[in-house]
This record gives sequence, structure tokens and C-alpha cells, in this order.
Amino acid sequence: MSLLEIQGLGISFGGVRAVNDVSFSVKQGEIVSVIGPNGAGKTTLFNMISGVYQPGAGSVALSGEPVTGMEPFRLAQRGLSRTFQNLQIFQNMTVLENAVTGFHLQERGPVLADLFNLPGSRRRARQAEEGARALLARVGLERAADREAGSLSYGSLKRLEIARALAMQPKVLLLDEPAAGCNAVETEEIDHLIAEVAASGVAILLVEHDMKMVMRISNHIVVLDHGEKIAEGAPAEVSRNPDVIAAYLGTEAEHADG
Amino acid sequence: MRISTKYWTLLFLAALIAVTPFFFPSGYYFRVGSLLFVNGLAVTGIVILTGYAGQISLGHAGFAGIGGYACALAPVHWGVPPALAVVLGAAVSGVLAYLVGRPILRLKGYYLGVASLGFGILVAMVLNNERALTRGPDGIEVPDLGLRGLLKDWGLNLTNGEFWYVVTGICLLIGAWIALNLHSSPTGRALRALHGSEVAAGTVGIDVARVKLQAFVISAIYASVAGSLLALQNKFITPDVAGFLHSVEMVTMAVLGGVSSVPGAILGAGVLTLLPQVLTVFAEYEQLILGLVMMLVMIFLPEGLVPSILRRLRGRDE
Ligand SMILES: Nc1ncnc2c1ncn2[C@@H]1O[C@H](COP(=O)(O)OP(=O)(O)OP(=O)(O)O)[C@@H](O)[C@H]1O
Ligand SMILES: [Mg+2]
Repeated sequence: MSLLEIQGLGISFGGVRAVNDVSFSVKQGEIVSVIGPNGAGKTTLFNMISGVYQPGAGSVALSGEPVTGMEPFRLAQRGLSRTFQNLQIFQNMTVLENAVTGFHLQERGPVLADLFNLPGSRRRARQAEEGARALLARVGLERAADREAGSLSYGSLKRLEIARALAMQPKVLLLDEPAAGCNAVETEEIDHLIAEVAASGVAILLVEHDMKMVMRISNHIVVLDHGEKIAEGAPAEVSRNPDVIAAYLGTEAEHADG
Repeated sequence: MRISTKYWTLLFLAALIAVTPFFFPSGYYFRVGSLLFVNGLAVTGIVILTGYAGQISLGHAGFAGIGGYACALAPVHWGVPPALAVVLGAAVSGVLAYLVGRPILRLKGYYLGVASLGFGILVAMVLNNERALTRGPDGIEVPDLGLRGLLKDWGLNLTNGEFWYVVTGICLLIGAWIALNLHSSPTGRALRALHGSEVAAGTVGIDVARVKLQAFVISAIYASVAGSLLALQNKFITPDVAGFLHSVEMVTMAVLGGVSSVPGAILGAGVLTLLPQVLTVFAEYEQLILGLVMMLVMIFLPEGLVPSILRRLRGRDE
């Protein structure tokens, strides 16, 4: 069954169609990548799926239930989790606390228990902290746990966001350029991590500019250009597709001009 | 590790409250002390709202007014014992904060500031104009709490100043304990998370509107209890307690000492309560020096006294 299914999704900003009539689905344990040149609408698509933007057209379904335009926190409760291309880190907190927030839905309880430090509140907080430490170890940040998040490098913050997203034990995970700013070794680690998470049954939607990584780990690729889906299919198919080659060559030509 | 920091802070605060009276040159200082503690309590509420959750209020004195007038009116009109009137005031403030907070907490930054300001002005206006009930701008007497007489019967004979010093000191400690509990609890983390990034907070499942409202209600209850304590110890209250200047004073104290830190905000309350007392020797220059001190602190220690100083100390360690 498709865990994530989007149908005819579209949005315009001031009359400009940023995304137009995009449909595809992601099954349990599958890695679907969305690729396309800069400004193609990949992040905008993520923002519509995760409820940050209200779609202008189309629908989103999670585990078969309609969730179009639902607020992000409700989608989180239904098992959707994401990371951000332009980092959304809690700069005012430590690395560990950032990861612990990923456990919010598991650790939250009556506010009175929190105010009076009741045993239940302490236990929930402790469990979340243990879980967070384990996840930090998984992304290689355990030694940075007590540092202020703001003091980490870009690549480390990317991994911190992944840890926070994994803490939610999502059914569907959207990753927006998780390997950006990471060196070759870190990229490979992230690569393994994503494959591992998918193998555990999570449906993964990935945006990534590192084509080698995309070709290696994707089950299915969706290509966007100027907000439109111009191709989709298995990695080998897509890389041979003349429209896709033209779209990428086109942008290179533009770069050459500019 | 964080737990011990919390209890060290509380222990230090308790020791300070217990020991300083031995250095008081006269009984008058008990009064200054209890005024400081009441301000510290109100400002601790501001830490929860502004320091943790990042939301600003310029109308919290309105809740202090409700707490204060609850102690003046409820015992006289409905025969509620003054101690219960504190609870009643807190309940009314909490419910009102819930009703007012729902629409205005959707606003951000200075829009929220102006909306909350409107709320404070509204409360002050009602207290000024409902003369039949509140006796208007001249103020109204507040009945005695009655506890001091009770303690006397049990053989504990405290002056009025000493009594209020102890009561407000204990209330401040409890208030600080609760705020520090909240800080590293799941709810406190959610508040600080939304302060850092509302988008990311939503993505991890935090119901931003709901936890903001919780912070607003909690901080309103702090202000209300502070207002009640002020009214009870003065045995008198005027609508000024709900006025704009009092709201601004609360925020100023918190920001000066360090709005993200409970001990910082209490220190801020201490500085701005004590400084005017000290500066009276400068007569007409008092306000000038006060203003200058505030500007200099904010220019050189922008995070407020305690967080800025802690950061420098830590920086030196490394
Ligand atoms: N909030 C917004 N308001 C106006 N225009 C927007 C907004 N968000 C995105 N856009 C526009 O939508 C288009 C798609 O942007 P988007 O960020 O989705 O591209 P992308 O595929 O993620 O690019 P990149 O690879 O550079 O991250 C761009 O032209 C962008 O300027
Ligand atoms: Mg993007």
C-alpha cells in the first residue's frame, strides 16, 4: 500500500506556478527521489506535503487518509516527518535537546506534572533523553550532545535534523538535501542511514543534488522542471530520458550564459 | 547534571533570602525585601512567557490588578477568606488569559505586544471607572490576611515587615522552583523549541498554539499571585497596579537581568527594586542614573546580566 500518495498537487505564488499538477506515490520501505534543477519546485512540493504551505490544487493522502492542507503538527501525529533544506534548528537549545524535541509526541504529558516535577514527567523526559542520545550516536553526534546547537557545522546540523526527524519514528520521512554541506565520508554515512531507515519500513521521499547518491539508493525517481513533472521511473530509465537530459543541459547552458 | 544546577540555584536563592536580614540596618528593609520578592515572582512568570516561549506581553500588569482586586473585593463582598481570594484571583486571571490569549497569541512580535497592551489598558480602565465596586483611582483597602495573628497565637511573634518578608520569600522560592521544573520538562522544551523555530516545532508535532496558550496562562497566574501579595501586604491597592507602567516594569526587570534565566530575571527585579532606593541620595538625578544604568547594561550585556556574565565566565574557562 502507498503510505504517501499525492494527486495533482499545485501552487502559485503571485500568479507564477511554482508547482503544477504533480502526482506520485511512495510505498512502505521505498525510497523515491525528486530531482530537478534549482528552482524546479522540489522544496515547495515538500512544503505542501508537510503542511507548511496550503496547496492551491490537488490532494495529499497519508496511509490512504486525506490530509491535504492539514497543519504540520497534525501531520506529525499521523507519522509524517521531515528535514529542511535551509536548516530549522532550535538554535537556543543544546544538540541533545534538539534531538529530544523529536520525541515530543512520546514525552508530552499533563502540564501540571511538568510544573511540579512529578515522577511521570521526569520518567518521560528521561526516556526521551535516552532515546535522543542513541539517535545522536547513530548520526555520529554523540560527542557534541551538550554543545549549543548554534556552534555546530552545517553538515553536523544536517545530521542533527535527521536525528530529530528519526526520533519521531515516522512512517513517511521527507528529506530535503540531507547530504548538502557534508563531506564524502559523511555523505556515505547518510546514504547508509537512509537505506537502513527505508529497510525498516519507512517510506522515504528524498530531494538531493548528489546524483551519484540518488542513482545508488533510489527505487524510483520523479523529475521536476519548472514545477512540472517531466519524467519518472527507475534510476536507469530516468538517466536515459532525453527530456531529463535536456532539462539538466538546459540549466547548464543557462549557467554558461550567466 | 541539570537537576543539580536547578537545586543549586534554589539553594542559593533560599540562603540569600534567609541570611540577608541579619545585615538589615532597620526594619524598613524587610519591606523593601518583600517588594523585591513580589516583583521577582511576577518577573519569573515573564521568563516563562518571554524567555522560554519567546512571546511578549505588555499587559501582564492587568493580571496583577485582577489578583490584587480579588483580595480587596472578594472578602468584603462574598465573604471569601483573603487566602482563598488569592486562589480565586489566580483562577480568574487564568481563565481570562485563556480567553484573551487564544486570539492574540496568533499575532507575532510587536503586534502581540500592542494587543496585550490593549488588554492591560482595558483592565486598568475598568478598575478606574467601576467606582461602585472598586472605588476608582483613589484605591481601596484590602483586608488582613489573618495569618500573622494565627502565628502569634502559636507563639511565633513576627513584625508585619518580617511576616511579609517570609511569606513573599517562600512564594518566590516556590515560583522559581516551578519555573525551573518547567524549563527542562517536556512542556518547557516545547516552549523553547517554538521560540527557536515555530516551523520546526510544528514538524515535530508540537501544537504551537496550545503550548503558547499554556505559557500565557501560567505567566498570568504568576502576575496575579504577585498582585495579590502586593495588595495584601500593603493592605491597600490602587488601579496603578494594573497600569501600563507596571507592565513595562515587569518586562524591563526580566530583560535587564536576563529574560531566558530565572535567577537572571529575579536579579533584574532586585536591581530595579533596590536601585531607586539607593539612588535617592542623588535626589533629582535618580531617574537619570537609573536610565543610564539600564542603557549601559543592555549595550554591554545584551542578553541581560546573568546570561551575559555566565557566558563570559564560560568563555574564559575554555
Ligand atoms: N514562499 C514563496 N513565495 C514566492 N515564491 C516562492 C516561494 N517559495 C518558493 N517560491 C518559488 O518557487 C520556485 C520553486 O522554488 P523551490 O525552492 O521549491 O525550488 P527547489 O527545486 O527546491 O530549488 P533548489 O534546488 O534550489 O532548492 C522558485 O521560483 C521560488 O522562487
Ligand atoms: Mg529546494
